[in-house]
Amino acid sequence: MSDGLFAARGLACMRGDRTLFAGLSLELAEGQALHVRGPNGLGKTTLLRALCGLSRPARGEVRWRGELITDLADDFTAEVAYVGHLNGIQGDLTAGENLEVARRVFARRTTPPQVVSEALERVGLRAIADRPARYLSQGQKRRLALARLLVLRRPLWILDEPFTALDAASVVGLSALIGEHLAAGGLALIVSHQAFDIPGIEDFELARYSRTRK
Amino acid sequence: MTADVLTAMRSVFGRELLVFWRRSTEVMTALVFFVIVTTLFPLAIGPERHELMLVAPGVLWVAALLATTLSLNHLFASDYQDGSLEQLLMSPHPLSLLVLAKMAAHWVLTGLPLALLSPLLAVQMALPAKAIGTLVVSLLLGTPTLTLIGAVPAALTLGVRGGGVLVSLLVLPLYTPVLIFGAEAVAASAGQGFASVAHLSLLGAFLALALSFAPWASSAALRVSLD
Repeated sequence: MSDGLFAARGLACMRGDRTLFAGLSLELAEGQALHVRGPNGLGKTTLLRALCGLSRPARGEVRWRGELITDLADDFTAEVAYVGHLNGIQGDLTAGENLEVARRVFARRTTPPQVVSEALERVGLRAIADRPARYLSQGQKRRLALARLLVLRRPLWILDEPFTALDAASVVGLSALIGEHLAAGGLALIVSHQAFDIPGIEDFELARYSRTRK
Repeated sequence: MTADVLTAMRSVFGRELLVFWRRSTEVMTALVFFVIVTTLFPLAIGPERHELMLVAPGVLWVAALLATTLSLNHLFASDYQDGSLEQLLMSPHPLSLLVLAKMAAHWVLTGLPLALLSPLLAVQMALPAKAIGTLVVSLLLGTPTLTLIGAVPAALTLGVRGGGVLVSLLVLPLYTPVLIFGAEAVAASAGQGFASVAHLSLLGAFLALALSFAPWASSAALRVSLD
């Protein structure tokens, strides 16, 4: 129906019996990114989880290439990479093994094995690839979680506070990474309180749809 | 597509084995529990071979059942805490099949060693030699059923305070048929009842039933828990 590759219409989400936001619509075309903004407790994480299909919105619909994501099911998850508050890293596996599992379980079969070492190189974890992930620092764990984006090679990136615990250089590195993703026709939805610089990213004020403080 | 799913399942299975291997103390808990309980019974009851033989099938099976129940929270809890489970939900493959791979790994690390160790403990419990084969077969058929059924409440109670107790309460009524027919099969071949084949067939039927519904039910439960 719309030109947007990814679109949400009339979205409403609840937390318990409290409506967080309602009537929310957004649209993303190829190469487009949204920076979802708003104060704490507004429902930014809830919105992202609803958009990637992890939770069901109370009302409204989310469409990918014009089709409902609930109908697409696994075909939609095959297009999304989600990095949430939790890094999704198994501490007893090494950094390299974590990404190798990601490649085998989540990536397409055509993904060559060297994407793992390339991704580790890109986020600067190559030297400590053989270290159990639980010995990594918070920032290194975050970088490892973000390296998964490079392994999965999905068109839609949904990132919840991706810059948390990252040092200044890594913030620049990740911004560049997202910039490249957009330049290659990818889509991104980012929730962040931190300042970052990605050319062409648009702000999306969640407060406009908020029902929490009225 | 099917080859993709198989690769993914194999990788999940391999990952689980590797993780559990590196946390061997946790995996050993269930096995050690099984050994301790079955060792304490002869000490408490006394060395009367006849009395021990009477209770042996029941004791061995109850110990195996409780050991499995103890290990159920390993199935999803740590993946839930570190966010791996959230990622698993975002995989492009059917969740129920990946969950099945996790269950298989769980069984290989708890049920299988338990069944393989049982002959040794059966001797300790004065179980007649002719019944030991039946004991192993009944555990090989029964313990995967216990893992499969137990995964559903384990998935449902993720993130619930006191989830461990809740899992035991939810799962024990579902375990009773397996326990009854498992213990009965062993007792039968020890010469106290009907032929054990009927009981073993029923255990096989339970396994087939659990295999068909448990992966689906627990993946649905996971989606609810992580909503």
